[in-house]
Amino acid sequence: MTPEESVLTLLSLGDAGWGDELLRGALLTIEIALVSLAIGLVLGLATAGAKISHSWLLKALASTYTNIIRGIPEFLIILLVFFGSDQLMISLGNWLNYDGLFEINKFVAGVLALSLIFGAYASEVFRGAYLAVPYGQIEAALACGMTPMGAFWRIRMPQMWRYAIPGLGNLWMVLLKDTSLVSVIALDELLRQSNIAGETTREPFMFYLAAALIYLLFTIVSDYGRHRMELRANRGVRRV
Amino acid sequence: MFKKTIMSFILAVAMVGTAAAEGMKIRIATEGAYPPFNMKDASGELIGFDVDIAKALCKQMQADCTIVSQDWDGIIPALLANKYDAIIASMSITEERLKKVDFTGRYYSNYLRFGAKKGSGISGAEDMTGKAVGAQRATIAGQWLEDNLAGKVQVKLYDKQTAAYADMQSGRIDAILSDAYPLFDWLKENADYEYVGDKIDINDQIGIAVRKDDAQLRDALSAAILAIRENGAYAEINAKYFPFDIY
Amino acid sequence: MLGFDLTYFEAKYQVSEAVCQVIGPVTPQGFADYCPRFVQGTFTTIEILVLCCLIGLIIAVPMALARVSSNRLFSVPAYIYIYVFRGTPLLVQLFLFYYGLGQFEVFRESFLWPYLRDSWWMGIIVLSINTSAYVAEILRGGIVSVPQGQIEAGRAAGMSGSLLYRRIILPQAFRIAWPAYGNEVILMLKASALTSTITVMDLMGQTRTIFSRSYDLEIFGYAAVLYFAMAFILTYLFRITERYLNRHMAYR
Repeated sequence: MTPEESVLTLLSLGDAGWGDELLRGALLTIEIALVSLAIGLVLGLATAGAKISHSWLLKALASTYTNIIRGIPEFLIILLVFFGSDQLMISLGNWLNYDGLFEINKFVAGVLALSLIFGAYASEVFRGAYLAVPYGQIEAALACGMTPMGAFWRIRMPQMWRYAIPGLGNLWMVLLKDTSLVSVIALDELLRQSNIAGETTREPFMFYLAAALIYLLFTIVSDYGRHRMELRANRGVRRV
Repeated sequence: MFKKTIMSFILAVAMVGTAAAEGMKIRIATEGAYPPFNMKDASGELIGFDVDIAKALCKQMQADCTIVSQDWDGIIPALLANKYDAIIASMSITEERLKKVDFTGRYYSNYLRFGAKKGSGISGAEDMTGKAVGAQRATIAGQWLEDNLAGKVQVKLYDKQTAAYADMQSGRIDAILSDAYPLFDWLKENADYEYVGDKIDINDQIGIAVRKDDAQLRDALSAAILAIRENGAYAEINAKYFPFDIY
Repeated sequence: MLGFDLTYFEAKYQVSEAVCQVIGPVTPQGFADYCPRFVQGTFTTIEILVLCCLIGLIIAVPMALARVSSNRLFSVPAYIYIYVFRGTPLLVQLFLFYYGLGQFEVFRESFLWPYLRDSWWMGIIVLSINTSAYVAEILRGGIVSVPQGQIEAGRAAGMSGSLLYRRIILPQAFRIAWPAYGNEVILMLKASALTSTITVMDLMGQTRTIFSRSYDLEIFGYAAVLYFAMAFILTYLFRITERYLNRHMAYR
């Protein structure tokens, strides 16, 4: 068997090769990232809302959450959520005097941890974007007789997205890369699949390289997507 | 009131769950990175001595079993969290673990051995001063190493046994401390390496871990172990992996 | 090498013991039981962070200059370097370098092997390369935001290219990039926790080892507090140096 052939066999689909495992892992990676993105965006918007609210309690809660997430390694957060959610569920079970059913699976724990991380950083992006919309425009809208809610939805929101897209794009790419961390809680995503493949075949270099290239591909596609979205969001803006 | 609503909901779901099941349902966890006891093949299927024993026990008990893989670090916490009902993953029965979980009677017994490259000049623990010695984190081998040789040797702890082998092959560590049988299995395929030093007999028995409140399952499994010892199913599996009885 | 290592390890052990003698009585039992391990791990984390930031910066400056160079021979490789290391997860890079390269005979026989065989060094190398890509990008941002007029003024005053860089462009690029660099250092502090996956006994490595013995969740809590404290101190240090760097802009 020539080296090229053996590489092709190892990366092939089906039972002989690990190609299908890697692909399945890559799909799970995207799945985790997309679900975390959706939850993280909601969390980020809510936290940003709390930060610009007039309640000091909401403000304090929101900034405590952001600061804690920013000061603790993502790796530790994932382990904490993974093991912590279990213990929380056990105590909840004890309180209800029932054990069973309460199981947070690895996928949920991973997604929860990644959403918490994404939400914390996204709240800062949203807050910045909110403040970037000139207040004069809101005043103008109110003066024209729009309600405050109307001004928010019609004037502030559409423009906020424009300011938020570059920051959110960055966070999305951080999120994509952070999904690799959930391999430590044995979720069979891309990195863990290549890990298993590399150890079993004793070709770790090739499989880690394959994983790196797939992640790189994700980044390139995301970069392109972000570029397109920026163009679209800015289509009404005059270029200098 | 709230508590009651939740309770009734849970009971409703639980009843649907049990009604669907015929016979006993057992969810079993193993690690999947500890050859030849538990590992995965290229199709992702779990295989190995532990897996075969698990299947034999389930057959004996006429139970409906599912076997899942779980990384070693989280294998006990996830049992406690009810993610599965039993751990059949070559787990030693230790004092520390007994505080958290219950064990069946042993299904094999274990001792520790060092492994090193042939001709490395290491013939026992006394030759290892200043050398790098690896073991898996969260195993008794790892703890024995830290408790007995820390300060004398550089202790390297790995998340997985397979990673420790890889590092010994690349020469990053000079020796490895491991449960004897997995090392025996690995040495069969890696003729450049050998057992070094004496057996470290730590009176180690390998059992099946279950939750503390699950005495029924524990006793059923213990009885099943004895039964497959009797009827030859155990011997058949044993012979598939080792030329000597490991019970 | 090894002799030095052992003395150094010994010293670290002694200091940790001493620190724990002092703080042991005032800390919770769960922490005090494993205090020397936590302190040792914290030392290792700081060690790794300091070395990586230094090495990373040393690589990043020429990389940023190459990236903004008008010569494609420099700018294209720099662009690829930055893109690849920023575009793939650090954990994959660590595994690729540590387990992947260890597979090759050539590598194991090279004169660098005594260092590369050590997970501590390998961790430092990979983290440094990784951070250098991020820092280069940050510096590039700083360089291109230096006002064009200043560069023209410098040229008009007869400055050569390298003098222009040393006197005008780089000092200002650093000042502009400083807050972003501070963020990157904190990200590095957090990223260093990943070295525990290649057997480095940093704070995270110690924490996971302790946790694997007791399964007490509070162990993770103590580690979180320690990391948080380090991040807090770093943030503070960067904020005061930022004020110092911008002192000429104050009171305007």
